[in-house]
Amino acid sequence: MTKLTGAQMIWECLTLEGVEVVFGYPGGAILPTYDAMLGYKIHHVLVRHEQGATHMADGYARASGKVGVAIATSGPGATNMVTGIATAMMDSVPIVCITGQVGSKAIGSDAFQETDVTGVTLPITKHNYLVTRTEDIPRVIKEAFFIARSGRQGPVLVDITKDAQQGSAEFVWEPGPLRLPGYRPDLRTLPSELERALQLINNAERPLILAGHGIISAGARAQVLEFAERAQVPIATTLLGIGGIPASHGLNLGMMGMHGEAYVNSAIQQADLLLAFGMRFDDRVTGNLKTYAVNARKIHIDIDSSELNKNVRVDVGLVGDLRNVLQELLPGVQSADHSAWLDHIDSMKGDVAVRDIQSLPDTGHLYAAHVINDIWRITKGNAIVVTDVGQHQMWEAQYYKHDHERTLITSGGLGTMGFALPAAIGAKFACPDREVWVVAGDGGFQMTMAELATIKQEKIKLNIAIINNFYLGMVRQWQEFFYEKRYAATPLLGPDFVKLAEAFGLRGMRIQQRAELQGLVEEARADSGTVVIDFQVEQEDSVFPMVPAGADLDKMIRRPARDVLIETGADPDEWELGA
Amino acid sequence: MAHTLIAYVEDKPGVLNRVASLFRRRAFNIVSLTVGRTEQAGVSRMTIVVDTDEPGARRAEANLYKLVNVLRVDDVTNKPAVVRELVLVKVGVTAEQRTAVLQLVNVFRARVVDISAEAMITEITGSQDKVESFIETMRAFHVISVARTGLIAMVRGGAKISANPPLVAAQLPENGAAEDTSELSMSV
Ligand SMILES: Cc1ncc(C[n+]2csc(CCOP(=O)(O)OP(=O)(O)O)c2C)c(N)n1
Ligand SMILES: [Mg+2]
Repeated sequence: MTKLTGAQMIWECLTLEGVEVVFGYPGGAILPTYDAMLGYKIHHVLVRHEQGATHMADGYARASGKVGVAIATSGPGATNMVTGIATAMMDSVPIVCITGQVGSKAIGSDAFQETDVTGVTLPITKHNYLVTRTEDIPRVIKEAFFIARSGRQGPVLVDITKDAQQGSAEFVWEPGPLRLPGYRPDLRTLPSELERALQLINNAERPLILAGHGIISAGARAQVLEFAERAQVPIATTLLGIGGIPASHGLNLGMMGMHGEAYVNSAIQQADLLLAFGMRFDDRVTGNLKTYAVNARKIHIDIDSSELNKNVRVDVGLVGDLRNVLQELLPGVQSADHSAWLDHIDSMKGDVAVRDIQSLPDTGHLYAAHVINDIWRITKGNAIVVTDVGQHQMWEAQYYKHDHERTLITSGGLGTMGFALPAAIGAKFACPDREVWVVAGDGGFQMTMAELATIKQEKIKLNIAIINNFYLGMVRQWQEFFYEKRYAATPLLGPDFVKLAEAFGLRGMRIQQRAELQGLVEEARADSGTVVIDFQVEQEDSVFPMVPAGADLDKMIRRPARDVLIETGADPDEWELGA
Repeated sequence: MAHTLIAYVEDKPGVLNRVASLFRRRAFNIVSLTVGRTEQAGVSRMTIVVDTDEPGARRAEANLYKLVNVLRVDDVTNKPAVVRELVLVKVGVTAEQRTAVLQLVNVFRARVVDISAEAMITEITGSQDKVESFIETMRAFHVISVARTGLIAMVRGGAKISANPPLVAAQLPENGAAEDTSELSMSV
């Protein structure tokens, strides 16, 4: 039997798990592992901040469907990962984080760079481990990967003491099932519940599918479409469900929720049956729970039984992998004709889908909505777009039409600013042949822009669109609507992004007029290196429509049709409240 | 309303912390929590009394199952079960009060486990109602200290405990408890 050091075992295990790239940052407590790295083929990407490593692992996982891996040292290295781990937890993304820990004898003594990382990350990981013995490393890493990618996916952290990395032991990689008696990623549903679900489905007059991230995680596109087409059920998606079914599909209504289209939210409120497929009734999609879809029966399919009846009481809850559950349901789903319901939704739709963008005044200024829409047109909808958090994120969701799964990568549940740039680096490593765009705000971009150096060092090609409105725009919008335009701490002065890009050895561009857009974007795409484009857009633009937090879902603030609110200085009383 | 959950967990470092952290994070109010070994090596048993309604209890149960180290959860609130707590009450007594205390101890079928010149330690085991009324009664004297173990519970009858959780039903069962469909023995 071969004896390996714990450090070697880590790389051996990663290799056996099929890992090709890891994102990390060295330090004292993880140094033995870094030293052993040189003997292995896995590519290591040196990040500029450990938060970046976790977002890269996350972006890699979301783009590929595989487990992403991030590595950091103890203490500050590990605590820097916290935001990225929480982001992955909220969006159920499979990543494994490996952290160094002080020697096992020193644990509990407040040794240099000692932090109780398993304690810190306990509520934001799916599971975590502290490993103090070399011989436990292979089993724990194998379990970590299994837990991260099975069931409801999520982040797993493995904290390994320095002496466990340095010690030697026989390397045992046991084939076959793991001994995790308390772990049940494959809960099933009572057959009687399937029957009850079919009863409701086959008798509904105004059914509506609410499609979430689960469609993508479970790879259930084909089943959802078969279901929807046969029973003629329209589909609304969550932010993370975008791309789960083609945007161009006739039954796809688009995004629901706070910045969803008004007719989509109205359809939810008028439905008599909601079919929640792999979504969790987040407050951003339900609005006021007391008035949410009160006339609808509800069927909820989720892999996590604790999601059932959490926010919304449902009539039938089906637990399991969405694809499996749909496969069990499909034989009983009858063809139906819901043309009256579909026509009704169509009539509510009117021209609203294009109204916002059409009603923007032609001042020659750039509007973010135009920028996103133009990028969609120019890339023919085929790019992977990684967004940050804020107004630009919502405009991306509204104006970039995603036909393909895993082409919109965005922090939904946690809403983590600074996510886009590192996550896009991860996505590019997952899909090196794909065109990858970053769409970030000027605020969020400044949070993690040091990763431009990583891009340069790794020689990767991204297209980076900074939607620069000189504001923390989404917060400014709330201040405009709900705090009488008192813009406390939201005006934002950034660096010269063109010079910044150049300082990192990358190309920078600035676009201020819509007329310049097409040519310069084409030029950026054609450049073999990463290009940072500073889109200087209308500064006080707002995302419409909007359900104020906690308001009824169909009481939306709409953009005044005749003109832009800010251009007219309209009084809030004049805002249209869509019904 | 108080719900009594029994959780069988792997006997590993940090598991108590995971369970406690779960209840804190999800804003559940723990009334009492006890942990101890079981007849099976490597398996500990937790009795958790939590103040919540029926949907809350179902959510607590579902969340407990999500913990990798939790083997099985039973809500025994509406099942025929023996529920017990052990309490020690130390009372300061004068020589004249001793007989009165001894009489009360007899009435409650409690015991005196220690006597010193100015104090006595009494011990009582029983249902929550019983131990609480005992403590109330003892307040007639000078209560120096009360120590309670928290509740432990065991279902009556000879049915075997299975490590396989019942199939999950989102619909709330009429009698409050999900049906157990498996009879396998608990294995770790
Ligand atoms: C790390 C973090 N801090 C604060 C927030 C709160 N927040 C949400 S959107 C936003 C403004 C984002 O500004 P910018 O990046 O410029 O994007 P814009 O909204 O202008 O498009 C802020 C501060 C957040 N989501 N994440
Ligand atoms: Mg901004």
